Amino acid sequence: MIHSLFLINCSGDIFLEKHWKSVVSQSVCDYFFEAQEKAADVENVPPVISTPHHYLISIYRDKLFFVSVIQTEVPPLFVIEFLHRVADTFQDYFGECSEAAIKDNVVIVYELLEEMLDNGFPLATESNILKELIKPPTILRSVVNSITGSSNVGDTLPTGQLSNIPWRRAGVKYTNNEAYFDVIEEIDAIIDKSGSTVFAEIQGVIDACIKLSGMPDLSLSFMNPRLLDDVSFHPCIRFKRWESERVLSFIPPDGNFRLISYRVSSQNLVAIPVYVKHSISFKENSSCGRFDITIGPKQNMGKTIEGITVTVHMPKVVLNMNLTPTQGSYTFDPVTKVLTWDVGKITPQKLPSLKGLVNLQSGAPKPEENPSLNIQFKIQQLAISGLKVNRLDMYGEKYKPFKGVKYVTKAGKFQVRT
Amino acid sequence: MSAAPAYSEDKGGSAGPGEPEYGHDPASGGIFSSDYKRHDDLKEMLDTNKDSLKLEAMKRIVAMIARGKNASDLFPAVVKNVACKNIEVKKLVYVYLVRYAEEQQDLALLSISTFQRGLKDPNQLIRASALRVLSSIRVPIIVPIMMLAIKEAASDMSPYVRKTAAHAIPKLYSLDSDQKDQLIEVIEKLLADKTTLVAGSVVMAFEEVCPERIDLIHKNYRKLCNLLIDVEEWGQVVIISMLTRYARTQFLSPTQNESLLEENAEKAFYGSEEDEAKGAGSEDAAASALPARKPYVMDPDHRLLLRNTKPLLQSRSAAVVMAVAQLYFHLAPKAEVGVIAKALVRLLRSHSEVQYVVLQNVATMSIKRRGMFEPYLKSFYIRSTDPTQIKILKLEVLTNLANETNIPTVLREFQTYIRSMDKDFVAATIQAIGRCATNIGRVRDTCLNGLVQLLSNRDELVVAESVVVIKKLLQMQPAQHGEIIKHLAKLTDNIQVPMARASILWLIGEYCEHVPRIAPDVLRKMAKSFTAEEDIVKLQVINLAAKLYLTNSKQTKLLTQYVLSLAKYDQNYDIRDRARFTRQLIVPSEQGGALSRHAKKLFLAPKPAPVLESSFKDRDHFQLGSLSHLLNAKATGYQELPDWPEEAPDPSVRNVEVPEWTKCSNREKRKEKEKPFYSDSEGESGPTESADSEPESESESDSKSSSESGSGDSSSESENEDQDEDEEKVRGSESEQSEEDVEKRKTKKKKVPEGKGEASSSDEGSDSSSSSSESEMTSESEEEQLEPASWRRKTPPSLCLIIVLSTPTVTPPSVQPVSPPAIVSTSLAADLEGLTLTDSTLVPSLLSPVSGVGRQELLHRVAGEGLAVDYTFSRQPFSGDPHMVSVHIHFSNSSDTPIKGLHLGTSKLPAGISIQEFPEIESLEPGESATAVMGINFCDSTQAANFQLCTQTRQFYVSIQPPVGELMAPVFMSENEFKKEQGKLMGMNEITEKLMLPDTCRSDHIVVQKVTTTANLGRVPCGTSDEYRFAGRTLTSGSLVLLTLDARPAGAAQLTVNSEKMVIGTMLVKDVIQALIQ
Repeated sequence: MIHSLFLINCSGDIFLEKHWKSVVSQSVCDYFFEAQEKAADVENVPPVISTPHHYLISIYRDKLFFVSVIQTEVPPLFVIEFLHRVADTFQDYFGECSEAAIKDNVVIVYELLEEMLDNGFPLATESNILKELIKPPTILRSVVNSITGSSNVGDTLPTGQLSNIPWRRAGVKYTNNEAYFDVIEEIDAIIDKSGSTVFAEIQGVIDACIKLSGMPDLSLSFMNPRLLDDVSFHPCIRFKRWESERVLSFIPPDGNFRLISYRVSSQNLVAIPVYVKHSISFKENSSCGRFDITIGPKQNMGKTIEGITVTVHMPKVVLNMNLTPTQGSYTFDPVTKVLTWDVGKITPQKLPSLKGLVNLQSGAPKPEENPSLNIQFKIQQLAISGLKVNRLDMYGEKYKPFKGVKYVTKAGKFQVRT
Repeated sequence: MSAAPAYSEDKGGSAGPGEPEYGHDPASGGIFSSDYKRHDDLKEMLDTNKDSLKLEAMKRIVAMIARGKNASDLFPAVVKNVACKNIEVKKLVYVYLVRYAEEQQDLALLSISTFQRGLKDPNQLIRASALRVLSSIRVPIIVPIMMLAIKEAASDMSPYVRKTAAHAIPKLYSLDSDQKDQLIEVIEKLLADKTTLVAGSVVMAFEEVCPERIDLIHKNYRKLCNLLIDVEEWGQVVIISMLTRYARTQFLSPTQNESLLEENAEKAFYGSEEDEAKGAGSEDAAASALPARKPYVMDPDHRLLLRNTKPLLQSRSAAVVMAVAQLYFHLAPKAEVGVIAKALVRLLRSHSEVQYVVLQNVATMSIKRRGMFEPYLKSFYIRSTDPTQIKILKLEVLTNLANETNIPTVLREFQTYIRSMDKDFVAATIQAIGRCATNIGRVRDTCLNGLVQLLSNRDELVVAESVVVIKKLLQMQPAQHGEIIKHLAKLTDNIQVPMARASILWLIGEYCEHVPRIAPDVLRKMAKSFTAEEDIVKLQVINLAAKLYLTNSKQTKLLTQYVLSLAKYDQNYDIRDRARFTRQLIVPSEQGGALSRHAKKLFLAPKPAPVLESSFKDRDHFQLGSLSHLLNAKATGYQELPDWPEEAPDPSVRNVEVPEWTKCSNREKRKEKEKPFYSDSEGESGPTESADSEPESESESDSKSSSESGSGDSSSESENEDQDEDEEKVRGSESEQSEEDVEKRKTKKKKVPEGKGEASSSDEGSDSSSSSSESEMTSESEEEQLEPASWRRKTPPSLCLIIVLSTPTVTPPSVQPVSPPAIVSTSLAADLEGLTLTDSTLVPSLLSPVSGVGRQELLHRVAGEGLAVDYTFSRQPFSGDPHMVSVHIHFSNSSDTPIKGLHLGTSKLPAGISIQEFPEIESLEPGESATAVMGINFCDSTQAANFQLCTQTRQFYVSIQPPVGELMAPVFMSENEFKKEQGKLMGMNEITEKLMLPDTCRSDHIVVQKVTTTANLGRVPCGTSDEYRFAGRTLTSGSLVLLTLDARPAGAAQLTVNSEKMVIGTMLVKDVIQALIQ
């Protein structure tokens, strides 16, 4: 299936290659570079490229391209999903998925890739199994290793691979047993010029951080499970139990993982927590324009809205911007034409606004379109859909774990058209 | 990449701590010398005895490989270390070996013997890894060795090794395709494997080696469907895509009767625009109405596949969701395909690459099944931050989804897009508007007006694209749009984009009679600028000239000749050719060519309006989700999705007729063989057992569901859910069990109270704790399954001591043949269970409370140094705890000294099992005997309870293993209740066996007696004479056990057991049959 993998950085250097079948020359990447040149933007490089003898399937993650070489028919999503899993694994092991981290840990990377695929077919991709096979590097361990000459390769045999719950490693022990759940909801919305909502939807995830000894069997129930319209599960969740009782019952993997992601049913009206007043205009036949935006709270359930950032991709003809914020600070990058305004918190007494002049390239025609505003914000202690965790029960182990649930609402792809 | 930049990059990049480059050798003048130096050093390091140096060297070598540099000259030095003790060195050597073996075949052979040794290792993981590396070495000479190793590994007891064997098959096949036939044999064997671990890998091998051998799948089809949910995600994708193909060859099209209707609807849609919406509506209505009246009945296996894949739509893996979506799209009846839309829309939140692939597939689907995605229209709205390729795909989907009702919203949305800064996207939007206009008649004029407005846009690209689209729209009704054509003609002065100019010229030429005064003028201008035009424009100028010459030769004759002369000397041969051809055709020559008379017909024939179609139309002949579909071209190794067969092939090929018991016992034997090696790997084949009994019982529920399929099979669905849940529970807590086992082994002395604590915790009894106990039972009993059959013959453990009994008062005396009191107590037990007696007068006769099996020996007189201990299952409820089986222990002292202080010592109990001790017997005089009662909670499993019998001086290790029939207590119920309960326990929970009753046991009395002797069940009154029904509940979990014996004439009989506890059910069937036959 997957023949080879090349890791390429933004400047086009191939800094790692791995082959699972016979070696494919680096020159195959030339087709990729060609496509990359054609697509003005990194995001627009087609994920699947056909070359005379191979197919290249690539993903772009954290400023790196993961380019895999395929020779025969395979579902493209299979490869894409796998490549993302590789990137996730690096992230998990090294804390970041960057060129430097990969170069620093090249041997571990190689060992990981060796275990993850056999002859191009995925073998062990669960983080818990991999960690049993190859221990992640820590500062302490690398010091110890250099003194004692011991290795990162686990010397115990990975029994997890043989078990029926491959996502959990055996023999987990903690002195403090804790289970934390983060309910994170994101509002995706498109607000049109006049301020009415074109499209809004709530997407949520529950991320778990479970540090429990032994083989705990957890069940998590909600006050209002009917809210969840479309759910996707981590493989550990017993699907039938959810179907019949709307209870999440599972033996968790050890450590951090995403338990479920869900969409809140579209019948519910989505509360939009902020509004934006905007007036952006460019004058005909003059080299300047006016820019004025104000943000205010709306339906915020009595919570403060914080971490507000507004990002605007200005038209190409904009040379510079001369603005005054009443709150926070702004930056304008004249090369990428991106305006970023870091607002911070909203205090209802004094609404934050950003006003000023826009300098345009002289002689150029005035831009047709007003740029759209992308807004980020965060509301702590609130799940905007109203979802509430009812209780968490643990079976199979005798100790009392410490349990915690946190709610956060964020802006997802929140766009205001102007 | 050339060598020079690679080198310079090395030099520059060697600062990082993990940088593999060895040494900043000042002497290294050039690449070669430094390479040699470096490698010499590495060789030295590899030759030392120190593992740390070797490791260091290997790490550097691997880093070199990772950067794509050649390290092949180190091969001899590295290969020497293949047998190194250090596991990390070994692993890195493997990495190196697999990379370079192909280039250094002779040397690679040196390492083979190490792997051959590894293949024989008692540890399964080492065997697997040896096979993995051996098969990865691409050296043709070792093909026979690999073949042998694969064959051997395919019948290894460890599923993990078998999985590795499956992985090795395609490797060998790619090395030597002549081995195909032998490999197919191995694949066939592995396909029959019942573990989830193997399933995915072997199907992958099947797909790579012999995808055409669909016949190998028949026997495994149902098993694969049932295992699917437990297979890991990657395997799921491969299996689902293979099963899609399989289903296309084996089942009838679920839409076959609709297809006619569908075509009509389709026609209505494309042909007459006004009833378009109606068409879509009636289509849907037809789809839902059809199943009721058409004769088509879905094959139960087809249904099974659809049902078992549906939950996977909720997988976290996008690949799995896509695989299920394509399966539904290709296989499901129209009414059911809708379920996939929601899941696909969910994937749109994922990474942009995932979005890209999903949108491509949604685009194809939305052409065929528009209604499916309509509710999600807004999810395809475009944001300015989307990458262009995503925007264009979303636009495609939006266009496909547009219809009479939603077109206003869609157009409003398009209006926003047209003002985008991303010009490629704007161009695509204009195209999309054009398509909406052609498809939906009502908005054609609106769209056209909008597009004409765009002609005054400042951006030339936008204008050009609009022109092209307008041209196509105008072709539909040219007569009404003379004004637009005039407007366009004026644009020729300004617009520079060749495609747009060409379009305008073509339009003017085609409809020159609508603009008779402007056309010649345009030609005049074009003639002036002819030489400066692009090629496609020049061609259209010639075209325009020719048409004008034919219609208006008076005004344009000279112009035309001028243009043709210019074209004659053009640099482009196409243009020269065209000019020559046109001249011959239109200008009447001396010979008066036959063709020129028809010139008008040639040039001015009415042309059909172009159809603006999606580029995704007809892409669905590729299997969705495949690479070929994405590229719209056949990729290497793509397997065509076959058309539905006209006639369904014989469905019976999928029947698996191997009787269950032989299968199980085979496996059991294998297991037993396995045991000596694998003390720690019991967890390994957990779900196998449940899978074992599935195929048969599953088909039962299927046939049922098929009969109901017309009315929707909710009932069978729910059954299946139950089954699945059971399965899942088993899977879930399996390793819990194995871990406990390990722990137990470690400590070696688990105390009774501990065990009790566990039992009580499970008593607190939420669902999940009971599920854990259940699964314990499953896996345990799996190991022991052979034993219940032979337990009667078992000799007691040969340990010895003497015990004295002194508390006969506690219990009823000797309980050999249990009679009246037992009746009372059993009915009491039933009362405790909360069940009512239906007919109290019937009770005494129906309920024949026989004490199950006779006395069993616990400790032989000789082994016990004079103390003989027997036990019986009294079948009385144990007073202390209703979940316990009460066991009567009979002690007798045949020695000549009294035995003192007889009590229970520590016990080593499997998880969940607990014991209630009997009071200590202070002394047992010689010749005397005593009886004590103890309770054992077997946790509904037939695991032996091992414990110690202690006297003052000695300890004896003894064990009691219950026959399965003793793990339950009778229950009273009426015939109706029985039938109702039985109805709830169908499918996988039902086990049926056929048997011949011997002559000796054809009478009612004997049959009833035999059954009740074997199992502690209560008889249920029954209307017909030749049917016997018995009911009971397991002691620990209280699950119902229903037994039906249907005696037919001439001794044939059918035994059915319905129980949630499948293992108990199967064992019970076996025991009862044995009792009846003997």
